Amino acid sequence: MKPAFSVIFLTTLIGAGQGLFLALFTHQSYALFGLLPMQSDAFYGYGSVLVLLLLAGGLVASFFHLGRPERAWRSATQWRTSWLSREVIALPAFMGMALLYAGLHLTGIRPEVVTLPSGLLIDLSIVIGVIATLLAFVLFICTGMIYACLRFLREWNSPLTVINYTLMGGASGFTLAALYAAVTAPTEAGFFAGWAFIITLLAFIGRFASLVRNARLKPKSTIQTAIGVKHPRITQRSMGFMGGSFNTREFFHGKTPAFLRTIKPAFLLLAFVLPMALLALGLFTPALLAIAFTLQYIGLLAERWFFFAQANHPQNLYYQTVG
Amino acid sequence: MTQLALVIDLNVCVGCHACVTSCKEWNTSGSAGPLYDENPYGADPTGTFFNRVQTYEIGEFPNSETLHFPKSCLHCEDPPCVPVCPTGASYKRKEDGIVLVDYDKCIGCKYCTWACPYGAREIDEKQQVMKKCTLCVDRIYDMTMDEADRKPSCVKACPTSARLFGDIHDPESVVSKAIREDGGYALMPEWGTHPANHYLPRRKTHIKIHQDELERADNPLKVDRQLPKPGKGESSMEDVSAW
Repeated sequence: MKPAFSVIFLTTLIGAGQGLFLALFTHQSYALFGLLPMQSDAFYGYGSVLVLLLLAGGLVASFFHLGRPERAWRSATQWRTSWLSREVIALPAFMGMALLYAGLHLTGIRPEVVTLPSGLLIDLSIVIGVIATLLAFVLFICTGMIYACLRFLREWNSPLTVINYTLMGGASGFTLAALYAAVTAPTEAGFFAGWAFIITLLAFIGRFASLVRNARLKPKSTIQTAIGVKHPRITQRSMGFMGGSFNTREFFHGKTPAFLRTIKPAFLLLAFVLPMALLALGLFTPALLAIAFTLQYIGLLAERWFFFAQANHPQNLYYQTVG
Repeated sequence: MTQLALVIDLNVCVGCHACVTSCKEWNTSGSAGPLYDENPYGADPTGTFFNRVQTYEIGEFPNSETLHFPKSCLHCEDPPCVPVCPTGASYKRKEDGIVLVDYDKCIGCKYCTWACPYGAREIDEKQQVMKKCTLCVDRIYDMTMDEADRKPSCVKACPTSARLFGDIHDPESVVSKAIREDGGYALMPEWGTHPANHYLPRRKTHIKIHQDELERADNPLKVDRQLPKPGKGESSMEDVSAW
């Protein structure tokens, strides 16, 4: 497939946004049970503003993928059958909850909802945080399923796609949370960095597993099934036109196999190995964490490019020879 | 239930591209607007087509065969492009099984093309909406036309009648009979899309002739032994006279 930069930025930006929200709310949940010191409203509030900025960036990027962006509202109508439609609903729903979460913290309006028998006070920000957390996971599932549900794009048609979208989004979000904490609440940076290391490691394992899986895939469709002729030697002599068409542009990445071979170790190094090494150093200075997040984000951009480029669409069987 | 479809006979297709040009001519002139061509007379032309004719070489020279292969939307009975559409612009008509795109609803996200294993859809770079074969839906129901003309444009254009059009759910239709009797098959059956369009394979006609069919055993002259039968290499009356 041809990697579209709009979709690459959409998926990496909202992934980091969702991950950052999960990181902030994980911290608040720990703090609620007294496992960590509760931070100021500003910490959670401005953190969620950062979440919203990332999501808004992703949303803007997504519009560049549309031929008729003015009709984008229609894309929420087919949620019964289309994962893309479900994502279109889940993204603004999650943004709305993150906005509410940020608003409650920044305005300090935190009405009590219920007091648990143990004496634990649950206020509205916690309830909203739980809903937003669920929506963050729903959004990860929707984004992943957009690709995983296409059964003949076999590189994507695997539960690993959904798992990896979740883990990679979580990894970049927690790394960003560590950076955010290093700047605003340095005592908490270690907590986020620890989780960032663990999730990055899991994402590395997941992504490596999908690379191994994809390397062993045997194509189901062949030129024989494509044209329905049983003969071991079939060559296309003409695709029917000399100029290009949508079919020759949309489904080929247009780079050399050598480029593809280079980008694979590059993204594994940038998105996973180097951030893990930096996080493992244990020096949670803003500068070091900023480098870790930047490297990881660039690595994830490369990872997403590779994710698209590696998928080989069966329609390409029909477009082999100009003539 | 009706499922309109094309059946393409690869045994007679000569690869003339008449269906391609006829399709383009009809569908670029309709009320839905032109099928956009970019740079049509320039160095690097590109455009939107509903139908293409491709050519394949089967085998290796000298034991090779040329196969011309027309390819358009197959109007799958279980079309994977339809459920993925986020706007409902892509739909399959219940009444005749034609898969269509509502150009007024399409947002040009191209997700349906990812979901079609056949590469049957092409985006219109000018209108920025997805386009595909309509089975000439604006033609086959047009009562102002003669009945003979109420067929897809490609079918009308084919000089060798390689393209048949009809309802594959009607067992007595010409297309159903062709599929049944001449080995009609679907493309990429492995994905379970159940394409409505079928292809008839290349086939050779073999006929077995026995010796008694060449020499009539019941030839009365032979039976009565009235005339001697000349030997195979000997001259006969036919060599010298022409009565």
